[in-house]
Amino acid sequence: MIRKRRNKETPPAIYYTMGVAFLNYIWGFMILVSIVTAICTGRVDETVNAVFEGAQSSVSTLISFAGVMCFWCGLMRVAERTGISCVICRVISPLITRLFPGSGDKAREHIAMNITANLLGMGNAATPMGMLAASELDRENPTPQIPSINMCMLVVLNTTAFQLVPSTIIALRAAAGSHNPVSVILPIWFASACAVTAGVIAVKIMGRLKCST
Amino acid sequence: MQYITPAIIALVIIIALSRRKPLYTDFISGAEDGIDILKSIFPPLVAMLTAAAMLRASGALELAINFISPLANKIGLPAEVMPLVLIRPVSGSGSIGVLSGILNDCGADSLPGRLASVICGSTETTFYCLAVYFSKTRVKHIKRAVPCAVIGDLTGIAAAVFALRLLGM
Repeated sequence: MIRKRRNKETPPAIYYTMGVAFLNYIWGFMILVSIVTAICTGRVDETVNAVFEGAQSSVSTLISFAGVMCFWCGLMRVAERTGISCVICRVISPLITRLFPGSGDKAREHIAMNITANLLGMGNAATPMGMLAASELDRENPTPQIPSINMCMLVVLNTTAFQLVPSTIIALRAAAGSHNPVSVILPIWFASACAVTAGVIAVKIMGRLKCST
Repeated sequence: MQYITPAIIALVIIIALSRRKPLYTDFISGAEDGIDILKSIFPPLVAMLTAAAMLRASGALELAINFISPLANKIGLPAEVMPLVLIRPVSGSGSIGVLSGILNDCGADSLPGRLASVICGSTETTFYCLAVYFSKTRVKHIKRAVPCAVIGDLTGIAAAVFALRLLGM
């Protein structure tokens, strides 16, 4: 059953050409460069030790932030079950009507749920909702080969995802011994808001350009 | 500032209690999801932290930072944060590993540490999103959406630098 679920979540082939291939090179490069540098600087022993220390430190990092991580995940589930999702959906639906002109009710509903899941930091729930919304927008797309403006808008809202409580980051900071792990929350909101605004404006401008040509 | 966390927690608990929800069982099932997430980020964490430790021990990291700091300082980005900016758009769990490395090396409350946290929190795995969201559609030319997404990302990074450096948030 686990295997089945994994297959479903496996990203499409195109992702490997764009993302993982890049990571293959970066990671391989990191390892090779450090070995070559170690030989040049004569720090071979330290580097070999670093392999074991680094691998070990990943365990201690994981353990030290596992508790905080689980706590926030639990709290977010409680929040979700109180119906906060419905409230957020209702608040953002007028905004969605403006951002996605000419989209159908069903598409807008999926988009609202996708954005709500992103806000609550439930990436696992956000992706399937977003894909449903994308295929709904695809059906409305008059030019199937080229993404419509609404589809670009959906993707940009997701690539600049706004998250209310960035739980993973708070947990990591707490694990690293921060005195105030949540101190980054305001700058994160600020930077996210700027990113979303810039993305939305870029999509809107692109829509205009397309209409005029 | 220090009231944000207790306020969020209290608000959630009060709403859940007033609506008579089974908040304890919900909490437990949510925490279980947390374990799934931890399981999925552990292997990349091992990969990234080991590579980072090797880079540091061999002296390559020092060399690289000396090499790129003049350039990085010009745009206001500490050299330590550069690897995160490279990995963030392609791998979510990889960037968690890199962030954890930066937090351990520079300290969570240092400027690079805080900046890395903000960048990680305000941007997303852009290329992954692009690939996944268009995978079930008939669209062939996803290039059209790339510039908008990249503009969003770059603005997020610039805003993060701006917020921490100039506003002192």
